[in-house]
Amino acid sequence: MGEVIVITSGKGGVGKTTTAANIGTGLSMAGNKVILIDADIGLRNLDVVMGLENRIVYDLVNVVEKGCRLQQALIKDKRNENLFLLPAAQTRDKAAVDQDQMKELCSELKKEFDYIIIDCPAGIEQGFKNAVAGADCGIVVTTPEVSAVRDADRVIGILEASGLSNHRLIINRIRADMVKKGDMMDVEDIIEILAVKLLGIIPDDEKIIVSTNRGEPIIANDTISGRAFKNICRRISGEEVPLLDLHEKDNIFAKLRKFIRSG
Amino acid sequence: MSFMDLVKALLNKNPDSKEVAKERLRFVLVHDRTSISPEFLDKVKEEIIEVISRYMEIDKEATEVNFHKGEKTAMLEANLAVKEIKREVKS
Repeated sequence: MGEVIVITSGKGGVGKTTTAANIGTGLSMAGNKVILIDADIGLRNLDVVMGLENRIVYDLVNVVEKGCRLQQALIKDKRNENLFLLPAAQTRDKAAVDQDQMKELCSELKKEFDYIIIDCPAGIEQGFKNAVAGADCGIVVTTPEVSAVRDADRVIGILEASGLSNHRLIINRIRADMVKKGDMMDVEDIIEILAVKLLGIIPDDEKIIVSTNRGEPIIANDTISGRAFKNICRRISGEEVPLLDLHEKDNIFAKLRKFIRSG
Repeated sequence: MSFMDLVKALLNKNPDSKEVAKERLRFVLVHDRTSISPEFLDKVKEEIIEVISRYMEIDKEATEVNFHKGEKTAMLEANLAVKEIKREVKS
């Protein structure tokens, strides 16, 4: 029986879709059969982040309205055999799918996949409620800013009220240099204020932008943010993995310095 | 307070922006977490009246239920206008 994980945040632009793409890719690289569902109807983007935008024929709404078979709508990933995408409809609105339909779809997919990763729309309205309806657990993404953490707190409250208590937090776009200077909230502060379990931290990394430009999730590359996502995937699979040291920079000079120091 | 914080405090320097962010965040969250929607309050009011009505006749129009929050505490205040206490429960 598979596990349905919804990726959510409240605030937009904190990296939900990138997180969904990387977690889905990472879990499939580890040998799991994974499906990514883009639940952001009307504003689909997961296809672009995955580099699969040219392959869309049918979408989520076609599937729930029984306009096509599920198998027809699933897009196979370019790189991973056991990773699939169910794209959102672009010309419909959030009301095109309801909570019962999402529940039914999720329980159907659980039979076939190890992980069902749902990319949730921003906000806490209908689209959010639909995306969350069939989920077993939630991953809340935030950044170290007052506005994003505040929205994460709202979302955590709503998840708890709807009976999803096993959610965990990802803090994205951390800048170790700013934390060190005292100009960015650190991980411990945010965890303490939100009173939530931490799933992982991701550094602010230009390479994520580069890989998104190419439509290739960063997790396939050996960069610091790629490693951060790999650690997150291992934790999702139940492994205990220590937090990434963000002060380690992945450029050649830092590696050299480290080598000299350790040598 | 770490040694560096102490030095900064002694030099009367501006607090780190991180501390300002934390403080502001704590404040908005206290507010957010204790916020109650009018619909929710109406429901509470209705159910309070329902329970009390078993024992007393309540003037619904004159009844008020309010929610107040301070920095550290929150208070639910209900003012119920009693018309009559029911006989069978008086004894």
